[in-house]
Amino acid sequence: MSHRLPQGGRLIDKTRTVSFTFNGQKMRGVAGDTLASALLAEDQMLVGRSFKYHRPRGIMASGAEEPNALVGLGRDARFEPNQRVTTTELFEGLEAQSQNHWPSLETDIGVVNNYLARFLPAGFYYKTFIHPRPFWKYVFEPIIRQSAGLGKAPKDRDADRYEHFYAHVDLLIIGGGIAGLQAALAAGKLGKRVLLIEQTAHWGGRAPVDGIELGGKSADAWIAATVAALGKMKNVTLRNRTMGAGVYDHGYALAYERVTDHAPMVDGPRHRLWRIRAARIITATGAIERPLSFAGNDIPGVMLASALRDYIVNYGVAAGKCIVIATNNDDGYRSALVAKEAGLEVAAVIDPRPAATGDLIEAARSAGIPIKQGMAIAEAQGGKRVTGVKICAQDSDGSTGEVIACDAVGMSGGWSPVVHLWSHCGGKLIWDAAQACFRPDPARPPLSHDGEGFVFAAGAADGHATAAAALASANAAVGAATGHAITTRLPKVAEAVMGDLAPIWIMPARANIQKRAKMWLDFQNDVKVSDVQLAAREGYESVEHTKRYTTLGMATDQGKLSNINGLAVLADALQAEIPAVGTTTFRPPYTPISMGAIAGEARGDIFQPLRRTPMFDWHVAQGADFEPVGQWRRPYCYPRVGEDRHAAVTREINATRGALGLLDASTLGKIIVKGPDAGRFMDMLYTNMMSTLKPGRCRYGLMCNENGFLMDDGVVARLDEDTFLVHTTTGGADHIHAHMEDWLQCEWWDFKVYTANVTERWAQVAVVGPKARKLLEKLGSDTDLSAEALPFMAWTDAKIGGFEARVFRISFSGELSFEIAVPASQGLEFWETLIEAGAEWNITPYGTEALHVMRAEKGFIMIGDETDGTVIPQDLGLDWAISKKKEDYLGKRAQARSFMDNPDRWKLVGLETLDGGVLPDGAYVIRAGRNANGQNNVQGRVTSTYYSPTLDRGIAMALIHNGPDRMGEVVNLTDGKGGQIKARICSTIFFDPEGEKQNV
Amino acid sequence: MLLLTCPYCGVSADETELSPGGEAHLKRFGPGSSDEDFEGYLFMRHNQKGVHFERWRHTYGCGKWFLAARCTASLEVFGTYSAQTPEPPKEIIEKIQAKRPDWSLT
Amino acid sequence: MSDLSTLTAYVSVTELPLQGMITLRADLAQKSVATAVKAITGLAMPAPREIVEKGGYGIAWMSHDEVMILCPAAECSAHVATLDKKLAKLHHLALDMSDARAVFEITAPNAGALRDTLAKLMPADFHPDTFGMGELRRSRVAQAAAAVWLTSPKTARLFCFRSVAQYVHDLLRVSGAKGGEVGYF
Repeated sequence: MSHRLPQGGRLIDKTRTVSFTFNGQKMRGVAGDTLASALLAEDQMLVGRSFKYHRPRGIMASGAEEPNALVGLGRDARFEPNQRVTTTELFEGLEAQSQNHWPSLETDIGVVNNYLARFLPAGFYYKTFIHPRPFWKYVFEPIIRQSAGLGKAPKDRDADRYEHFYAHVDLLIIGGGIAGLQAALAAGKLGKRVLLIEQTAHWGGRAPVDGIELGGKSADAWIAATVAALGKMKNVTLRNRTMGAGVYDHGYALAYERVTDHAPMVDGPRHRLWRIRAARIITATGAIERPLSFAGNDIPGVMLASALRDYIVNYGVAAGKCIVIATNNDDGYRSALVAKEAGLEVAAVIDPRPAATGDLIEAARSAGIPIKQGMAIAEAQGGKRVTGVKICAQDSDGSTGEVIACDAVGMSGGWSPVVHLWSHCGGKLIWDAAQACFRPDPARPPLSHDGEGFVFAAGAADGHATAAAALASANAAVGAATGHAITTRLPKVAEAVMGDLAPIWIMPARANIQKRAKMWLDFQNDVKVSDVQLAAREGYESVEHTKRYTTLGMATDQGKLSNINGLAVLADALQAEIPAVGTTTFRPPYTPISMGAIAGEARGDIFQPLRRTPMFDWHVAQGADFEPVGQWRRPYCYPRVGEDRHAAVTREINATRGALGLLDASTLGKIIVKGPDAGRFMDMLYTNMMSTLKPGRCRYGLMCNENGFLMDDGVVARLDEDTFLVHTTTGGADHIHAHMEDWLQCEWWDFKVYTANVTERWAQVAVVGPKARKLLEKLGSDTDLSAEALPFMAWTDAKIGGFEARVFRISFSGELSFEIAVPASQGLEFWETLIEAGAEWNITPYGTEALHVMRAEKGFIMIGDETDGTVIPQDLGLDWAISKKKEDYLGKRAQARSFMDNPDRWKLVGLETLDGGVLPDGAYVIRAGRNANGQNNVQGRVTSTYYSPTLDRGIAMALIHNGPDRMGEVVNLTDGKGGQIKARICSTIFFDPEGEKQNV
Repeated sequence: MLLLTCPYCGVSADETELSPGGEAHLKRFGPGSSDEDFEGYLFMRHNQKGVHFERWRHTYGCGKWFLAARCTASLEVFGTYSAQTPEPPKEIIEKIQAKRPDWSLT
Repeated sequence: MSDLSTLTAYVSVTELPLQGMITLRADLAQKSVATAVKAITGLAMPAPREIVEKGGYGIAWMSHDEVMILCPAAECSAHVATLDKKLAKLHHLALDMSDARAVFEITAPNAGALRDTLAKLMPADFHPDTFGMGELRRSRVAQAAAAVWLTSPKTARLFCFRSVAQYVHDLLRVSGAKGGEVGYF
């Protein structure tokens, strides 16, 4: 049984107990524990069920590579699934739940999959659920979805906060082991801006656990001294609990800081996502131990030999009382020695190498540990925990052999450098045959904007197995990254001399299919040796295809534990060399990062910018029903108590047409165009002639892109000889301003024209209705606003009711209308003044829907309704606004293309239903017959459709084939429910065709 | 996430501060141009794998358009220069050729 | 998310009253431009990315053909008239833009906290070696355009468009809330 040892544990404080629960059961750990060490100390060896076969699983590792021990942490608004117990620091009150089982961890019905395993081979889903086709959607998928997925999704809104942080450094060092620390020291002394990050809470990596001496001191002492020295350097920042998540183009890197995961009682962001720009990056990310493939290598109690050692040295926790170590390399003997020193029984070291020698092997022998050379584990025995191993010769089929009783097995298949971050942005790998691993190829690094490599590997991540080589590589990496000679001294290293490993990929060598079907390669995704071999037999030669077919190395594993073993088995099955088979692609993030960290501050009220007009608060106070228009929020209507939207809109229109309405038009784009060439420029921007517009007057105009399509419209006012004020649509201000600057800067840079986007400088109010002038007269004006002095389509500066204003006689409703701009800071006050003064005419604020209906009643087009990026002005009957005299304007050449110039296009007309009803949005105008797909033939579509309170009937505009030539014709439209509606083609102008109401 | 230096204000700008504008050095064809020329101007792009001249705007900075010479495969940036440049400047071409002797402006 | 109202500030954020701002677009290399701007502000033309300020007047370099003149809001229209008069012979555009923008003053307990607060929201490099007093950095704050400069080691001013003032204010409050101290700068 796993248990806490009476002594040891360099990272824990046994005097402080910490209480937590696992599946509701109360347990106790100590300060400094991870959830993994605390569970093991409580003999909780079974911690979860596997994903596919629901096999009992225990803790396999001690760090980020843990594939099995994933739990749900917390509850309600702080619940998060799939958290690795090995990287979860224990805190008081922690609540953990195991995953992938029903009804309980101990008794799981899903384990039936385990007994059906021979019927669930690689590609099972692809093969089984393909026929009959309809069954997938209605039968198979719902059932599979029910049982699939790792963990449960949280249901509540996340209660924590998250943030981003941008850092710019000369050198980012990822990994705070001894190589990372040495690199930081060397770079720090050069005066470089250095950021050193470490994913765990502790500095120094594996060196202290491996018993290495540095500079004549224990590794712990050297690490403490180095961290202290770095702490004094102003140009060096150290950050633990911060994982290098991804490396991207041009030195961009993401790091994931777990700020309060270990101390949730502390106020502050839970995670911080560091968005780093580094001129150069050093990956000192260490190495991960590989499992060995023997039957039953997934039974709880079987773990990586290094993890077994970590738990003893770091946490004073033993995985068992009687240990067996299986290793194909010398490093595994370290675990045997550590266990022995901790007072545990080490029943045997199983080493498939026939005659290995070395410091550590000799030490084990002198310590009295039985060493079985040339031997293998034929199978691990046990169910929910390991009870023993059957051993046999490595060169056998494992059918016979003695059983050694034990309650924990440590396995070591050698070490794989963590090359993920090197590889994320295109760094290539080379195969190191001696260590049987892929390591970074310094000749083919990821390239930065300067064309030079920007990632350098150091330490074990660069394939260095000894501390001495790791430290030397750190200096070398800093030298290569900075171009400086490095004079920082390396500590003298005392460490064991080790021999070569034997590349043993399955154990024993001639294991039969029953055994191979129990050898796990990918514990998380339940992929076994037999699955990869089957995939190879079925013709999957590419490693990327095999990965997808078998799910090897998918999900959070990303090749951490499964990679090399899986590749080796595939290579063997294909009778190819491992480097010829290659690796799958390592993708960021290195381990999963929270969705909250990715979102950062962008949640709730600040999810995205919400643009408010100066009168916004007034609209809110009036209970306006808002709608988004781009990032603006505009009142859709102002419903009164008991009114629905329809009733409110109807009331607003009737009040406006009857007497007086008020619209907040501040969102309208306003751009100043000034210069000696302003007229010439305006003539290029607009389809009509703008240069002839007289100061003091306004003109409606259309803007097209070079494709000829209508992109924006609006009223232009000429302020003086040199200056125009362009009004754009609400959504158009920014992109039309950008469009103008594009042409001025990149094509017509000889034009003397300056532009400025003044949209937000003005609050703009449309005073609309028969009583509009009366209201302004009541407020008092220093300027004559009569029809004679200020006719339709004129503008003037004026002082109205004490406000400095610019008044435009323009109308988007067909009513007498004044659009009045005042400085934005006075917008609210001006608005309130109008509301108060207009009370005697029942002044009614109206929203965007009333605006839309009134413009449609007048047949005015709306960008985005009548246009969709494929419509030219000629389609909309706007030929009158296209100058025939101008030699050129943007879009003119395009509109001369044969299919644009074709009379055979869909063109804008009005539609009135025969029964007076309202057509559905987007309804199609259908034509007799069906197309090749059996669908209705179409000859047009509705672009705008509304109930008109003014006419008390439905009105619509539609683009219809040859529409204007078919006035009075009745056409059929789809009703969206399978039926048809009849409507008659008519003029687009439904109301006041002579303009008698606006021209008063 | 590219990093480009705005030649106007000298800021080394993050890609999120910039807006892309497609291929640079296009010659505009207007009314009276042949269908072939106009089609080339409107639609035909080199879509180069390798050295590419492109337009960027320093949207969240000085607001100016500028041009960049960049390798679309390795993302190496050979230089940025003023948008008021009808063709790639000599010093940029020399820089590219110093690193890519086989390359020539086509 | 933690409700905004539950956050306590360690960095304070205040929206300042209307700041006079004049946008002037012209060829900044012209002597007449420098003379006209000096007549209003008493200050010499700033170098690229610089902002100069003294006694309520200032000039910010916005691009090679644009400066922003800072002055008391009530004086703007008079100064625009002065510019139009003095630069009558030169192609230029002078506009009172005071109402278009909001200005925030950000005050931190120490210089590092100020830079940390900005660095949570803006992709610019705020290291003292790169960004010092006298520089105006135009960039984005989260998803909105903004420009920021230091008025002292512990205070910064940030301006953005008026319509997003509430958004920017809320961003800065979240960024400068207690518990979020980064301790990087």
